[in-house]
Amino acid sequence: MATAAVLERETYLNASYGLKSWLLTKDHKRIAILYFITISIFFAIGGTFAGLIRLELLTPQADLVSSETYNKLFTMHGVIMVFFFLIPSIPATLGNFFLPIMIGARDLAFPRINLLSWYLLILGGVLAIYAMVAGGVDTGWTFYTPYSTSYANTYVIATALGIFVAGFSSILTGLNFVVTVHRMRAPGMTWFRMPLFVWAHYATSLIQILGTPVLAVTLVLILCERTLHIGIFDPALGGDPILFQHMFWFYSHPAVYIMVLPGMGVISEIVSTYSRKPVYGYAFVAFSSLAIAVVGFLVWGHHLYVSGQSLYAGLVFSFLSYFVAIPSAVKVFNWTATLYKGSISYDTPMLYAFGFIGLFTVGGLTGLFVASLGLDVHVTDTYFVIAHFHYVMVGGTIMAYLGGVHYWWPKMTGRMYPEHFARLSAVVVFIGFNLTFFPQFILGYQGMPRRYHVYPPEYQVLHVLSTAGATVLAVGYIMPLIYLIWSLKYGPVAGKNPWGATGLEWSIPSPPPTHNFDRIPVVMHEAYDYSAVPREVEVG
Amino acid sequence: MDSQIQQSHVHPSDLHQGEAHHLETLALREQFDTEAQQKDASTLGMWVFLITEVMFFGGMFLGYTLYRSNYADTWALASRSLNLPIGATNTCVLLFSSFTMAMAVRAGQLGKKKAVILFLILTMLFGLAFLGIKGYEWTQKFEEHHVPALANFHLEGTQLQGQAKLFFSFYFAMTGLHALHMVVGVGIVLFIIFQTMRNKYSPKYYTPIDIAGLYWHFVDVVWIFLFPLFYLIDRHP
Amino acid sequence: MHFFPDQASTISPEVDHLAYFMLAVSIFFTVLIFGAVFYFAIKYRRRSDDELPGGGHTGLALEVVWSVIPFGLTMIMFGWGASIFFKESVPPDDAMNIYVVGKQWMWKLQHQEGQREINELHIPINRPIRLTMTSEDVIHSFYVPDFRTKQDVVPGRYTTTWFTATKPGKYHLFCAEYCGTKHSGMIGWVYAMRPEDYQEWLAGSPTGSMADRGARLFDDLACANCHHADGSGRCPTLVGLFGSTVRLAGGGAVKADEAYIRESILNPPAKIVAGYQPLMPTFQGLVTEEGVVELIEYIKSLNAKPGLEQTGQPAVPGAGAGSQPGNQ
Repeated sequence: MATAAVLERETYLNASYGLKSWLLTKDHKRIAILYFITISIFFAIGGTFAGLIRLELLTPQADLVSSETYNKLFTMHGVIMVFFFLIPSIPATLGNFFLPIMIGARDLAFPRINLLSWYLLILGGVLAIYAMVAGGVDTGWTFYTPYSTSYANTYVIATALGIFVAGFSSILTGLNFVVTVHRMRAPGMTWFRMPLFVWAHYATSLIQILGTPVLAVTLVLILCERTLHIGIFDPALGGDPILFQHMFWFYSHPAVYIMVLPGMGVISEIVSTYSRKPVYGYAFVAFSSLAIAVVGFLVWGHHLYVSGQSLYAGLVFSFLSYFVAIPSAVKVFNWTATLYKGSISYDTPMLYAFGFIGLFTVGGLTGLFVASLGLDVHVTDTYFVIAHFHYVMVGGTIMAYLGGVHYWWPKMTGRMYPEHFARLSAVVVFIGFNLTFFPQFILGYQGMPRRYHVYPPEYQVLHVLSTAGATVLAVGYIMPLIYLIWSLKYGPVAGKNPWGATGLEWSIPSPPPTHNFDRIPVVMHEAYDYSAVPREVEVG
Repeated sequence: MDSQIQQSHVHPSDLHQGEAHHLETLALREQFDTEAQQKDASTLGMWVFLITEVMFFGGMFLGYTLYRSNYADTWALASRSLNLPIGATNTCVLLFSSFTMAMAVRAGQLGKKKAVILFLILTMLFGLAFLGIKGYEWTQKFEEHHVPALANFHLEGTQLQGQAKLFFSFYFAMTGLHALHMVVGVGIVLFIIFQTMRNKYSPKYYTPIDIAGLYWHFVDVVWIFLFPLFYLIDRHP
Repeated sequence: MHFFPDQASTISPEVDHLAYFMLAVSIFFTVLIFGAVFYFAIKYRRRSDDELPGGGHTGLALEVVWSVIPFGLTMIMFGWGASIFFKESVPPDDAMNIYVVGKQWMWKLQHQEGQREINELHIPINRPIRLTMTSEDVIHSFYVPDFRTKQDVVPGRYTTTWFTATKPGKYHLFCAEYCGTKHSGMIGWVYAMRPEDYQEWLAGSPTGSMADRGARLFDDLACANCHHADGSGRCPTLVGLFGSTVRLAGGGAVKADEAYIRESILNPPAKIVAGYQPLMPTFQGLVTEEGVVELIEYIKSLNAKPGLEQTGQPAVPGAGAGSQPGNQ
């Protein structure tokens, strides 16, 4: 990554050389790059598991792997993708890189803690990978008790420890962001002049701070239970296995918003830039992030409609779940309204943003199905749920992540990516994604349960479609990997502001110098004020 | 470090400010402009961290509440088996330690190095005393067969050994977690003592003492909740 | 290929109608959003590089409209879904009881008449069936897609669900909660039969009723040594117990349902009846979950005939005890 010494001047990339200068760096931009490499590796591992799962499901019988192996595959796919890719994805890379710059700061408030959180992710990841190499884990990423505590014979302890450690990485990132946003804004950067990307990350950080410790303590109890058999979740000893589900989902439902809120922030930036218009309803979009973060904490029980929790608990959780739908809908409408009378260009990030808006709409609307008590009884724990959350997390978060990576690629590396390949890959990803996951809605409503290694033959047609789509999707994901690496050396040199975008990050050179700003800027304008941007388009 | 091509600023009217920056000392790190900003950020950081700690302990308190209401009688019985005088003594010890911690922060504010060291050493000693007493109490549990993971677990006066076990599981988990925080706290205080001796702090820069104090008080407050929950509720049937 | 599974229970069409409604709403909004994005993207495409469209503003009225209308729609979805859920959760009083015990990796089912089945369930159509379910190990979930019914089966407690099949046929039974290695093998069939066929099936494999087996177990475990029918023993009488309200030592009362009886067998000291000593030993490990439900059926049967005396003596008649009149 350190090869892009594109100009004579000093940048964060060429300020110093050698592995040590990276591994001991306190620069938020270098740490973002470290995260970027790390989570790409985790994405590749998790994606390989996904590919094997789809291959196995081509036929109703067990052909490729045994049921033990299959169970390990979907468990490790979930663990890696959720805890080691999706949760750090946008905040730890794009957020780490751009949040301080966007508010006019030289770095995050606690650079050493920032580096520490990367090491914690690595340590957690090493533990999780150790568990996989040593023999895998087969509890599902949800670790439901008493299976995970008393019945599973696999590497539950190492995996849970890995997630526990990675959780602290997430907590510290959130802590750093909150303090940075509160205390490090440049003069004139009032709360309502902050880019919506920053608002989204602020809301995300609140969830990381309030939710992740509960996951940590839940995992501690799992570890105690598994090593000492003290009975906290074991009905045979007087414990309550449903308590675990409450504690787990108290974190893991808000965690969905940790994954998707930063993506929404990215989309706000992209939609505004490529329409050359301020985001419509700025304040509503900003506050909807906070509303999602707050209400998101009150809806965890909608994962437990059929668990045997009381009827009235189900009613309350269903009612509150519909409240989360409104701020999400408000965002989608506002993005769409931003396009109205804009000046819209079809650069790659915008194609990803269109994809995000469409797929997130489908993911959100099918969320209404699973929030409904009567309907959820039928579709919960089926492929309908799988399709729903993949539309939100893959169709939403990963589309936004890829869009954001392309959008800020010139800023991060100083090089442009090849536009035609990039547009092609955006289209391939969109098609491949829909082909993979849309059939799963139908499968789920027909009754195909999730986590099934073998299945009745009448479901095969849709499974084959889904696997075919996964192949296309894989191609769509491999393409950017190749051309982005290629562009590091051969891409055209990028100017300071290739998109004519607003935002402080576009006012400094690409790639930025180590200290971001020669002088801390004084902010005089609202966010997305395009009349203040110099109009010349720079090409290197 | 700033040898690059002149960049154009977003805002031509950019006023100069923060001329003190780029001078990294222990007192002011380079990402901050002023000492006040740095102190604010550090303090806020600690508060946010303490919020995460509240949520961390919160999960345990949730489990405690659930089983306390489900298994009220057995838990009351188990609660009565705990050694109240020892628990009360420990509460006093911790309260004293909080007092000396507060005095240490005050002394730091005033720049009285010797007083800082004295009060911090007292705080540490109280903290160690707490841990010692706690350790003694735990060894008693082994003798009384009140350790849930052992085969010889037995609580007199009830047939519901499973429920009693759960009580002691929570007792060990929560007081153990608290003790772990105490150990970390003692380590932090020790570090601050060394730094004070090396003249790292001054009335202008005593943020680490302040923040260590916040942490110490928090751990103290956790005990203020644990003590009544385990030792006092339903003491008299 | 059918997009929707069979509608084979009374609740199926209701669930599907809600699904149609939500599908219509979803399609409307998906088309609206996709349509608007495409239309705007083409109509307002960038025509020259130095274009600068006018600044946006916030239309408060518009924000209110597109918050309130979706909110209204979601409240319809909430109310509709909740009303179906209420129906699904409260079984009618005259429902036929079937007991389900899940274990890795099979379903064990017992009819009151005594038939035991594994991974197969025969039921009559047009009659509400109530399932009382528990697990011997981990959490499972009883799922029949064509009935649109699903309920987790949790160790250490009873969960219930109910349905009324409407079409004779053979339907998938799945375990829907991941339960370990052979999770996907924990499947079976539900056979919904015309009532006359069901009677024939019952008659085809005569066995003692569940209550009979419960009576034998009651005898084997020597429960009658303490639980006398007339209440003279050291322990409370079980006649008329089921469904009654039991006053507990130390205050409070509890309704004697399946869960209470199960707890009293497996963990007797948990709830002591007022006026009695905690003498009863635990039967955890001595009785299986299937044995417990048989005991429950036996205790229930003691209510059925008010005149029937509970046999207080060890000499319980062997076959034909319980619901058959004339067995004292």
